[in-house]
Amino acid sequence: MRKRNKRGGEIIRLREVFKFYQLGESIVKALDGVDLAIKQGDFIAIVGPSGSGKSTMMNMVGALDIATKGDIFLDRINIEHLHESQLAQIRGRKVGFIFQTFNLVPTLTALENVMLPMVFQRVPLRERQMRARELLVEIGLGNRLNHLPSELSGGERQRVAICRALANDPDVILADEPTGNLDSKRGEEVVEMLNRLSEEGKTIIMVTHDLDMAKHADKIYKLKDGKIVN
Amino acid sequence: MLVDFFRIGLNNLKRRKLRSWLTMIGIFIGIAAVVSLISLGSGLRTAITGQFASLSTDTLTVQNAETGFGPPGSTAIEKLDEHDLKLISSVRGVKLAIPKQIKTARMEFNKIVLFKTITNIPEDPVVYEWIYESMGAEADEGRLLGRGDKGKIMLGSDFVRTDDFKKTLTAGKKVKIEGEEFEIIGILESSSNFLMNGAIMMLDEDLKEVMEIEDEMDMIVAQLEDANMAEETAERIKKALRNDRGLKEGEEDFSVETPLQAIQTVNTILISINIVVVGIAIISLVVGGIGIANTMYTSVIERTKEIGTMKAVGAKNSDVLSIFLIESGLLGLVGGIIGVLIGLGISYSVSYSANIAFGSEIISFNCPFYLIIFAVSFSFSLGILFGLIPSIQASKLKPAEALRAK
Repeated sequence: MRKRNKRGGEIIRLREVFKFYQLGESIVKALDGVDLAIKQGDFIAIVGPSGSGKSTMMNMVGALDIATKGDIFLDRINIEHLHESQLAQIRGRKVGFIFQTFNLVPTLTALENVMLPMVFQRVPLRERQMRARELLVEIGLGNRLNHLPSELSGGERQRVAICRALANDPDVILADEPTGNLDSKRGEEVVEMLNRLSEEGKTIIMVTHDLDMAKHADKIYKLKDGKIVN
Repeated sequence: MLVDFFRIGLNNLKRRKLRSWLTMIGIFIGIAAVVSLISLGSGLRTAITGQFASLSTDTLTVQNAETGFGPPGSTAIEKLDEHDLKLISSVRGVKLAIPKQIKTARMEFNKIVLFKTITNIPEDPVVYEWIYESMGAEADEGRLLGRGDKGKIMLGSDFVRTDDFKKTLTAGKKVKIEGEEFEIIGILESSSNFLMNGAIMMLDEDLKEVMEIEDEMDMIVAQLEDANMAEETAERIKKALRNDRGLKEGEEDFSVETPLQAIQTVNTILISINIVVVGIAIISLVVGGIGIANTMYTSVIERTKEIGTMKAVGAKNSDVLSIFLIESGLLGLVGGIIGVLIGLGISYSVSYSANIAFGSEIISFNCPFYLIIFAVSFSFSLGILFGLIPSIQASKLKPAEALRAK
């Protein structure tokens, strides 16, 4: 697959990353020494059975959680040493999340949901509105701007969520089972969109258990018991 | 920024309308109680102390011990008499001793018979002029009762304001009191003293005749030479009466009240009412605050995933804290605004109905602007205070864990 606007530099690096959870008496090793390097513009799929550590790894890369041991570099910044508010800034600016359950704020309209990440980056109102409108129109939701999530179909909600992920123009898009709650046609559309974004230079990391969807990615990493096995 | 957070907060409250309203009830009650209490308080005080205006600050009232409730002095077993009057007027510091009768009499007009309060006006111009002056009495119609007005009466303003006799009473008309015919010589302007507003006033001699009174009076009002000597003069009167009646100190069958005492009695009653209302307000505000805290806790639990999402898209702990604090503050604020409106409504209706019932501007309604501002900002702060712990809890949620919530 040919990529445009690619810089090709390393954007994500996981070095000897361990994550342990205390579960009652026992300790669960969610990640067991993961090493991984991802280049700008890559479309990566992470597959594996449930409990293999896929979501934990996503959380680490997306600065939602910190590792028990090891280093995670996001755009050459070691996020393991950052303060809570700095992590929030990194998440807001450099990462866009897409969730299986869309996670739209139910009281906000489609437009407001897309504007939300920009609110936290203190983007002025006019600029926010313009950017959110642009994204939604581009994705084909121009007539849905003022609808609440409850008034949208599953496919539409996921498209709003994609627009939200793109609001601050991040380098990395993290998609956690983005097609899990959609029928296969809508699922294909979403993956197609991710593909296009990757062509435009965004780095896409998609966690999925659907191998058909994973095939769209440039690289597939298999996780098992907290380790990358391929 | 803050505007956005306000909008998010308001949207959330609107989403849970019923819960938000129920949460705010405690705040409504508390703020309404405080606002109505304060805005009526000064009016109520003026209205009640106004009843003592006729006594002014340079008078003392002497009454015999009472046996029950009724017009002042009327239920005393041993009535005061001329002998007491002379004794009191001879006490040093007393300028004038005025006998006062307060009775209930049958009044007939237009073939309707009603029982009304009747009181005496002394025939001495020095005395009645002083009474008129201290009462602020002015004739609305006709003229004030004066020397030689035997067979004539003066009526309080209530007689023309109400339609008790189904026919207007005017100066010059004749009415029957205890069967005797009297001519109305004047009708008074409405005053802050509602006892006067509802009374029939006639000369001493007429009253004694009509009511078949010999030598007795319900009350003696002593005018002082020096208002600053009220306490000392009251003591002298007590001593003189004790000596005259052969009583020891503490065994008095009479009372001498200074205006200060009278006003103090009223103030004590007002203060107790205030304490009760303020107590209710405080309890209600605390319960309201706990309601807000409870609602916010529930909200944090329900919206854990939403909080996780907000953090994932870049919200800092402080942003989440602000959003939740604004939300709980809004619960307080809206509760406060509605409470102020209810409070103003209550005090306005109390003032309005009291004025209708008693005539004149008896209870004034006065709500200073600072009170509204204070009540509203207080309730907003109360919301923030009680929302603090749940909001901190929300802000400290770990994003990865929050996102896992159902």
